[in-house]
Amino acid sequence: MKNNISHSEAAEIFNKDVERVNWHDETLWFVREKRDRSAHQIPEWELLRETASQIKLNVLSNIHDYLVEFEANAQKNGIIVHWAANAEEHNVIVHSILEKHNVKQMVKSKSMLTEECHLNDYLTERGIDVIDSDLGERIVQLRKEPPSHIVLPAIHLKKEDVSETFYEHLGTEKGNIDPQYLTESARHHLRDIFLTRKAALTGVNFAVAETGEFVVCTNEGNADMGAHLADVHIACMGFEKLIPQRKHLGVFLRLLARSATGQPITTFSSHFKKPREGKEIHIVIVDNGRSVQLGREDFRNSLKCIRCGACMNTCPVYRRSGGHSYHNAVAGPIGSILAPNLDMKKNADLPFASTLCGSCTNVCPVKIDIHDQLYKWRQVLVQEGYTPKVKTIAMKTMATVLANPMVFDIAGKTGRFAMKNLSGLVNNKLNKWYDQREMPEVPEESFREWYKKNGKATKRKNDE
Amino acid sequence: MSSKEAILQKIKQNQPKEVNELPNLEPLKETNLDVLDQYKTVLKSIGGDFVEVSNYVEIIDFVRQNFDTNKRILTTLTELSEVANLDWSDDDPHSLEDAELILVKAHFGVAENSALWVTDDLMGQRVSTFIPQYLAIAVNKNDIVAKMHHAYDRIGNQEYGFGTFIAGPSKTADIEQSLVLGAHGARGLTVFLMD
Ligand code: SF4
Repeated sequence: MKNNISHSEAAEIFNKDVERVNWHDETLWFVREKRDRSAHQIPEWELLRETASQIKLNVLSNIHDYLVEFEANAQKNGIIVHWAANAEEHNVIVHSILEKHNVKQMVKSKSMLTEECHLNDYLTERGIDVIDSDLGERIVQLRKEPPSHIVLPAIHLKKEDVSETFYEHLGTEKGNIDPQYLTESARHHLRDIFLTRKAALTGVNFAVAETGEFVVCTNEGNADMGAHLADVHIACMGFEKLIPQRKHLGVFLRLLARSATGQPITTFSSHFKKPREGKEIHIVIVDNGRSVQLGREDFRNSLKCIRCGACMNTCPVYRRSGGHSYHNAVAGPIGSILAPNLDMKKNADLPFASTLCGSCTNVCPVKIDIHDQLYKWRQVLVQEGYTPKVKTIAMKTMATVLANPMVFDIAGKTGRFAMKNLSGLVNNKLNKWYDQREMPEVPEESFREWYKKNGKATKRKNDE
Repeated sequence: MSSKEAILQKIKQNQPKEVNELPNLEPLKETNLDVLDQYKTVLKSIGGDFVEVSNYVEIIDFVRQNFDTNKRILTTLTELSEVANLDWSDDDPHSLEDAELILVKAHFGVAENSALWVTDDLMGQRVSTFIPQYLAIAVNKNDIVAKMHHAYDRIGNQEYGFGTFIAGPSKTADIEQSLVLGAHGARGLTVFLMD
């Protein structure tokens, strides 16, 4: 994934096409509203969130034992379990399974973990043809782009873009932008793939310690078409996907789709417990930095995430900057918490890509304190010296000004004078606060000045 | 040290020292839903259809009237042998590709989301509920539970190799959020609600 430019620079490019940005913003808000309507139909919604959050807390405090229990039960069911400490090891394991079966072509259903590990590139370099089968993923794959959203991978594209892509790669009619027609073309194209691949890879939404089974949720049925037609099914999961007992699925399946798209449940919630006779199921359990995050008390709760995408749909920054500007497999508010754990230097800009308005925290189905964690990351990153340059200067200056009343007074006077009389000095590219914002009207006097004159009188009045 | 040991050791070191209790799920089960009514409303809203029937003969009649019986129709229900083929559970799953309609039975349905619980012993083949052009599932009216918590109570320790909740036909909204039915799987789902 490209990462030579920061979030704010990428967002600036995205913002050049005003109409498209407005459209992007509205489309995501539309999804957010569907989520609201769906949540409001459940009187016990808040209790449901609290329960999910507590189950995940239990998981995080006992994950060692649950993993051991899960592995033993999965093996009893005839599933082959692998462990990968990092992305590289994950990719090597997947590749070795394919090699063992002499597979040169694989069909894949959506898995953000494999995006995180850059699996497609790894396999392609080794001569293996990987086809993503989720419609949105297939569209971005044909365009050689990463997904821009964890649930809606092609949300940044218009039907004209899809039409153009399919015309080029699937030979559809030029200029036909009917979603029905385009979907039908993809259906035929992908049916051929499903019918000819010997290996299928899927993600995992939930894995159950008690039974050794795992659950994959899709609307299209692509994970199932792949897995049930292939000889080998490889399922990749971050270790935090574990839940204690089968009955806990009831809580998470009620929350997931409602939070994601406003649907009461995904079309298919498939429970894989045992392989078909003579076939294989492999599970790859991946760490890749998760155990480190588990040890960061302030950020531990981010591992509760069930990847519903609600925090992205509601985030005013995501909606107006687009998923690609986050230069990380998981974009948006939760991605901005997960990314610095993986690489602080590379992702130091992301916790700053937020207004800290708290909307993400309010919609999160497992009650992650998202905006608080973003705020905490900022402090960690500043302390560790990883702050984006422009922000460092601004913050150091602010610290000096706030710590010194006389400087504060002078700075205020200068600021007001400058904004009034030298507006070019304020409204320029170096002032990051001015980017994408209208500067406010300048008050005649500062609050300090006003308080000096009226404060004491007001106070006396209040005391009377 | 193997990766497994290294990961587990690091997790043990980094996880909180005290185990948080699991919450009680019982309060989530409270409800005063009219389950059948809710089931029908939700199913319609997600693109599925239902037909109320009192016996299998009515299902056969419905299939004759609404589907092209010259095409391949398959079932796992012996009662429907007049209109559908029963002998395919040992076939290569790829050969089901040209199935026009597959009819199976569900253990039960869930009112809050109209999902139906189907396991491999009812499917004939695991791919059978995904691969046909159209899917039909029969369920008894008094086998509809209110919410997912009741669903998992029903499932309990049930043994299966594969099981799935199916709610409506296969669908996608990946092109500009326009809903299209029939992405890879069935283009339509008919639920036979039986007395
Ligand atoms: S952080 Fe919460 S809202 Fe965001 S994707 Fe994860 S579960 Fe959903």
